[in-house]
Amino acid sequence: MANVGLRMVRKAYPNGFEAIKGIDFEVGDGQFCVLVGPSGCGKSTLLRMVAGLETVTSGEIDIGGKIVNQIEPADRDIAMVFQNYALYPHMSVYNNMAYGLRNRGMSKPEIDKRVQDAARILELAAMLDRKPRQLSGGQRQRVAMGRAIVRQPKVFLFDEPLSNLDAKLRIAMRIEIRRLQRRFNTTSIYVTHDQLEAMTLADMLVVMNGGKVEQIGNPLEIYQKPATTFVAGFIGAPPMNLLELREPEIRLPGASAEAAILGVRPEDLQMSNDVTPDGGIELDLTVEAIERVGAETYVYGLRARQSEQVTLSAKPGEPPPGEILVRIPGQDGPKIGERIRTIAPREKLHLFSADGRKRLNS
Amino acid sequence: MVEQEGIGRYVAHVVIWIGIAIVAFPVYLAFVASTQDNAAIANGQMSLLPGGHFFETYYRTIFVGTSGSTREPVGSMMFNSLVMAMLIALGKIAISIISAYAVVYFRFPFRMAIFWLIFITLMLPVEVRIYPTYKIVSDLHLLDSYAGLSLPLIASATATLLFRQFFMTVPDELLEASRIDGAGPFRFFWDTLLPLSRTNMAALFVILFILGWNQYLWPLLITTRDDMQTIQIGIRKMITTTDALTEWPIVMATAVLAMLPPVFVVLAMQKLFVRGLVETEK
Repeated sequence: MANVGLRMVRKAYPNGFEAIKGIDFEVGDGQFCVLVGPSGCGKSTLLRMVAGLETVTSGEIDIGGKIVNQIEPADRDIAMVFQNYALYPHMSVYNNMAYGLRNRGMSKPEIDKRVQDAARILELAAMLDRKPRQLSGGQRQRVAMGRAIVRQPKVFLFDEPLSNLDAKLRIAMRIEIRRLQRRFNTTSIYVTHDQLEAMTLADMLVVMNGGKVEQIGNPLEIYQKPATTFVAGFIGAPPMNLLELREPEIRLPGASAEAAILGVRPEDLQMSNDVTPDGGIELDLTVEAIERVGAETYVYGLRARQSEQVTLSAKPGEPPPGEILVRIPGQDGPKIGERIRTIAPREKLHLFSADGRKRLNS
Repeated sequence: MVEQEGIGRYVAHVVIWIGIAIVAFPVYLAFVASTQDNAAIANGQMSLLPGGHFFETYYRTIFVGTSGSTREPVGSMMFNSLVMAMLIALGKIAISIISAYAVVYFRFPFRMAIFWLIFITLMLPVEVRIYPTYKIVSDLHLLDSYAGLSLPLIASATATLLFRQFFMTVPDELLEASRIDGAGPFRFFWDTLLPLSRTNMAALFVILFILGWNQYLWPLLITTRDDMQTIQIGIRKMITTTDALTEWPIVMATAVLAMLPPVFVVLAMQKLFVRGLVETEK
């Protein structure tokens, strides 16, 4: 049980590349913290710094009230689950879990008890004698989890542990990981690029981009009030529509003069012929493409009275530039080429400054 | 592989059999000669079928030796060869796996320079550096000793390179997992890297054992005592008797005996050997 604190943590490589540009946050005891961001944003590097696998250029990392910058990974009282599991290929499942305990000089009966307990919890009891290559992906993943659990560490670290699994198994393991974390109530830091994983697992979500923190908060809060256009585009699937706020196409009475970018989530746009709600917006679209996923339908539309492209996208290619994405429940929807009118109320709109770094409405 | 039809298939088989005959006939002849009476060979009337002196000749060869210049029995020569080949093979593996470990897993000054120095020694086999090496071995009073026979041949750039390549394919996460599991450099090497290198070591052992067993020039140079002779040298000395008739059955028996240990090593380690050469699973 421990807090993990990061204070002004920086990482620069000898070639001058700055991977982490000063990060501050505190993970409370027993909390599940998820670091999320696009590839190359530094989230894995940060996790590896907490683990002690990367040196800290400046700043402090604190685990359970102790500065660990100079402490070897083995002595930090952490356990890590790797993306490719990193099981010892020549050792049985039992030995994979027991190895770290033996190196600590734990007594045999105690090791056996811990390994058997973990095996029971993870339903690995029948395969303790097998080698990793005889296991399926999901089972390997559970062995990797078991190796972390038997240590009873202060902190669990997960480095994209589910990305090598197929979609179905990923969901099952996601729930499993959350369940285990609640059960042991161990402080955890989890790295992923999958925003769905991030949303469902986190008590505390840290959105990172380019070596910096974009926003910290609980997942729903971040979803409801993204602090920057980057977060707006990254959290939520499909991503938020971002439009340049420009007269006369879009008029927002009473908006701050600084407001230059308007964001609206695909599910907040409604196909309707009602009058535009007070202070809200209306968008006339020509349907360009339709995706039916079963429970809902995604409609890609081009702004009708639009000669030039006005949408901005934080994440290139998603949605296709110039298009507005509308998400409507059910399987019925407009046809391609049809013109539709969509509206969104004022409270569903997000306003950002021109550089996208500042949120202007509360 | 393409399955041949009709006549082509028979042609292929004929070619293969001709090849086998070319390789195998001298070996067969050596064996036949080793079972014949010396007089029959000496006057050129050797039969192509095995004679009746098998047990007698091999007993004499292994336990007694020739009556000519070299009186050492071949049994002790084989023992010398075996010790030398084992020392060379095991020594090369031990030295090269450790140096590869250092080069791959540790950051130290001039790491790459050292790696290239090792690499350069590929160009310096014993034959090239034979005079200085002889001088050193003789100054260290290692002539006529197992150490003298094997030490100068132990350093191996090839094996170091092979282990280096293998180590570079081992995922970094294994090292990191070991570090988190509290294994230091030695434990990681012993508990993880060595077991993973098992098949590579086996493959290397086969190659290096045969290399060591077949050494000729170096043992010839530094062994003068009969009881330190290796079997390869023994064969040569048996033939150059000038004052007596060469005892061909014994020479041939020695040659046959000299071929056996490499064959045994290959057969015994065949499975591991092939896996070591083709294995990709990690």
